[in-house]
Amino acid sequence: MSLRTPLGRVRGLGSAKEGTHHWWMQRVTAVALVPLSVWFIVSLIRLSGADHAAAAAWLASPVTAVLMLLTVVGVFHHLQLGLQVVIEDYIHNEAMKVACVLGVKLASFALAISAGFAVLKVAF
Amino acid sequence: MNSGNRPLSPHLQVYRWQWTMLLSILHRATGIALAVGALMMVCWLLAVASGPEDFAAVQGFLASWIGRLLLFGWTWSLLYHLANGVRHLFWDTGLGLELPAARGSGYAVAIVSAVATIAVWIAAYMAAGVLR
Repeated sequence: MSLRTPLGRVRGLGSAKEGTHHWWMQRVTAVALVPLSVWFIVSLIRLSGADHAAAAAWLASPVTAVLMLLTVVGVFHHLQLGLQVVIEDYIHNEAMKVACVLGVKLASFALAISAGFAVLKVAF
Repeated sequence: MNSGNRPLSPHLQVYRWQWTMLLSILHRATGIALAVGALMMVCWLLAVASGPEDFAAVQGFLASWIGRLLLFGWTWSLLYHLANGVRHLFWDTGLGLELPAARGSGYAVAIVSAVATIAVWIAAYMAAGVLR
């Protein structure tokens, strides 16, 4: 039995003070990625064997560019949440764990920006 | 509080191996594989942006046997993670958590991801004009 009041329990939001935010964002990005992954797979099938001109023309179309940007944001947001949990589960040295989580977050951010820049460069 | 050297859960070695356990571990494994695949996706997008030469280099790597093996692995990983992810989303709503349902949806995910992977590759080879 917990001696904490219901209000105290709700206000606390756990040791990380973020409540269910991590879990919830993983679900939000997962739901977004269901249709986006299907679109991505179908697009790659249609692009197989394509040369640079065909690939660039595909990426330059507004619908493709927007869907690709959404995919990139969804993929990297989902990816860094997932890898964070993997790191927290298996790496027990505190300094190493923080360094790895930080590395994953910064790399995800940099890679997502790079991919987004590539899409926009082709589109404009 | 001294948490000392108490044993940590889970004790994988004391459990009898079962189907649902393998699928759960595969969800994480394919997730990690797809994180590496995301790197390839970024390389490919940057290659499209940087021009025909870089694009040809990346496509050349992907068309090599190791490139094809990686793409095949990522295709299955994505389809498995997608199908099993949808299974997880149903669980989040409280549906399908009973043992027979969880086992059945597990079989479905394994079959769907395998069949879809083969179908994607046949379709891709047909689109490239290799198969008709």
